[in-house]
Amino acid sequence: MSATKESKSRIRFTKNSGLVVYVTCGDPNIATTREIILAACRAGADVIELGVPFSDPVADGPVIQRASERALKNGTSLEDVLRLASEVRKETDAGLIVFSYLNPVLRFGLERFCGEAAKAGVDGALITDLTVEEAGEYRRLMAAHDLDTVFLAAPTSPDQRLKAISQACKGFVYAVSRTGITGAQKQLAADAQDLVKRIRKFTRLPVAVGFGIGNPEQFAQVGKFADAAAVGSAIVQLIEQNPGREAQAVASFVRSLKSGVSSAATSQS
Amino acid sequence: MRSSALKKEKAVAGRFGLYGGRYVPETLMAALEELEREYTKARKDKKFRQEFERLLKEYAGRPTALFHARRLTKELGGAKIYLKREDLLHTGAHKINNCLGQALLAMRMKKKRIIAETGAGQHGVATATVCALFGLQCVVYMGTEDMRRQELNVFRMRLLGAEVRGVESGSRTLKDAINEAMRDWVTNVRDTHYLLGSVLGAHPYPTMVRDFHSVIGREARAQILKAEGKLPAAIIACVGGGSNAIGIFHEFLNDKRVKLIGVEAGGRGSGLGEHAARFQGGLPGVLQGTFSYVLQDAHGQIALTHSISAGLDYPSIGPEHAALADSKRAEYVAASDAEALEACTRLARTEGIIPALESSHAVAECIKRAPKMKKSDVVIVNISGRGDKDIGILRENLKIG
Repeated sequence: MSATKESKSRIRFTKNSGLVVYVTCGDPNIATTREIILAACRAGADVIELGVPFSDPVADGPVIQRASERALKNGTSLEDVLRLASEVRKETDAGLIVFSYLNPVLRFGLERFCGEAAKAGVDGALITDLTVEEAGEYRRLMAAHDLDTVFLAAPTSPDQRLKAISQACKGFVYAVSRTGITGAQKQLAADAQDLVKRIRKFTRLPVAVGFGIGNPEQFAQVGKFADAAAVGSAIVQLIEQNPGREAQAVASFVRSLKSGVSSAATSQS
Repeated sequence: MRSSALKKEKAVAGRFGLYGGRYVPETLMAALEELEREYTKARKDKKFRQEFERLLKEYAGRPTALFHARRLTKELGGAKIYLKREDLLHTGAHKINNCLGQALLAMRMKKKRIIAETGAGQHGVATATVCALFGLQCVVYMGTEDMRRQELNVFRMRLLGAEVRGVESGSRTLKDAINEAMRDWVTNVRDTHYLLGSVLGAHPYPTMVRDFHSVIGREARAQILKAEGKLPAAIIACVGGGSNAIGIFHEFLNDKRVKLIGVEAGGRGSGLGEHAARFQGGLPGVLQGTFSYVLQDAHGQIALTHSISAGLDYPSIGPEHAALADSKRAEYVAASDAEALEACTRLARTEGIIPALESSHAVAECIKRAPKMKKSDVVIVNISGRGDKDIGILRENLKIG
């Protein structure tokens, strides 16, 4: 499945094994994040979520909390993330999504954010704590800059919310696999497949499943019913545990996901 | 750039002017909608209201007295000072009003697990208390810095059967406790009610919590009319999240001649990180579910705060206060740590009442303001809680004996 024709968006997923990779930008530093992203793209990631570190990440588990703290200690800002995006854009055609909490974007200025993101070659954004009800102005400005708006859909969302969410999404719909915060889990919740089925009643957009996906088995399982899997905490943890060789570790993990075999990097950790 | 993002949103339920709203991960939206529905039904349900009022009276000890502070009035030589004695309530602060209301709602929604955050421990104790009363499971999140400075309340919660979970992240205070409570709620939303302790967070919390506390202002209005035959010139209350303040302000909002004064924590200085005065350096932003004034840096990262009083030590403020400040219906000032300590001692020695360090900020403003007012003016200070929990901090800071 691919993005609609009139959009310039680069968001499209490999059939049966679409992969969205999340990184917290600035962890351990911006230069390394850049290497990690390019390595992940070369290894087969379709879309990169550029995580903007935030002081109060209420939707995140301990792994991404720690990464945010490290990135903030380095002084990483939304401005740095957009600059990073423009550098990465010169070297890859992968989809680029800014993944942020709302307050840093508000402080930056919503209109300025849209303008700068478009200029940097970003394809869209996902704002974790912005729901469709509060997103009127955001959606108008994003659309005016030809940027995709990705919203979260949750297992607890009733059908009428899923309908509104599906209509507000552009690029893809991000289905949260289970109730809870981010972080790899041993088992994939049964909620996920049911949620994807319910979303498909309302949209033909691709659906990516995220939260709790951390190994090739889970990745393959998601591939059977969704267009892509989003992998975050597992990647961020690899970065934390492989100082000095972050990009190689992430690349081999991404390859293992895509080929369905556990990588050396994960067994080392 | 200032909040332009949200200015054009249509007026919706849960908005106070520009402020308020619902900014949470999608997983929580269904629970917030359910809570709003259930609360809307409950407030119209005579049985619910009667049960709530019965508990306020028979269990919490309402109505609370409105006390004429004669010696303090005489010493200050200006306005006639009355104290609204919320410190006399069961558990020692106004927080019990809201806890009884929300616990009744949780039971209507058949949620048997209650989570809460606490700063000073007053809300945690009140939550643990109502959970014991109704036989509900109770988990309270508390920053480890606050656990240290309010250890008596930690013990009280545990004695009441609650589980207190220490939070090590960030500044290890109220904000971080709310983050952790929200993470718990996102995970256990199907069987858990988040008993939020102030007029903060996503809609319907700021409205609902205000309504549960509005009894403070209703009582105060009737009491002062009976005692003085007129309305007060001013009402003074401390503002952390702002629940005791909105509780006493709300009934007087239409009495335009009654000045409403909120007192924030001025801490130990004016630099970012040294205080918790959101109207002195804060900017509109989104934190923990609501759009309001937020102490933050140039990149939108939430600032650390400081106050001697754990209950005021928070970087944002209830959205209704933000609207009242913008419209100038209420005025917001700050009192420093030192001023609060001095006010606490002064009230103890003039009236035999030891106020909580939070409430001491309101007393401090009264000490500054009353001498400049006419003797014929009446001022009400909301004594939101008692100072027993602060004895350790008071002993550390006051050189007595």
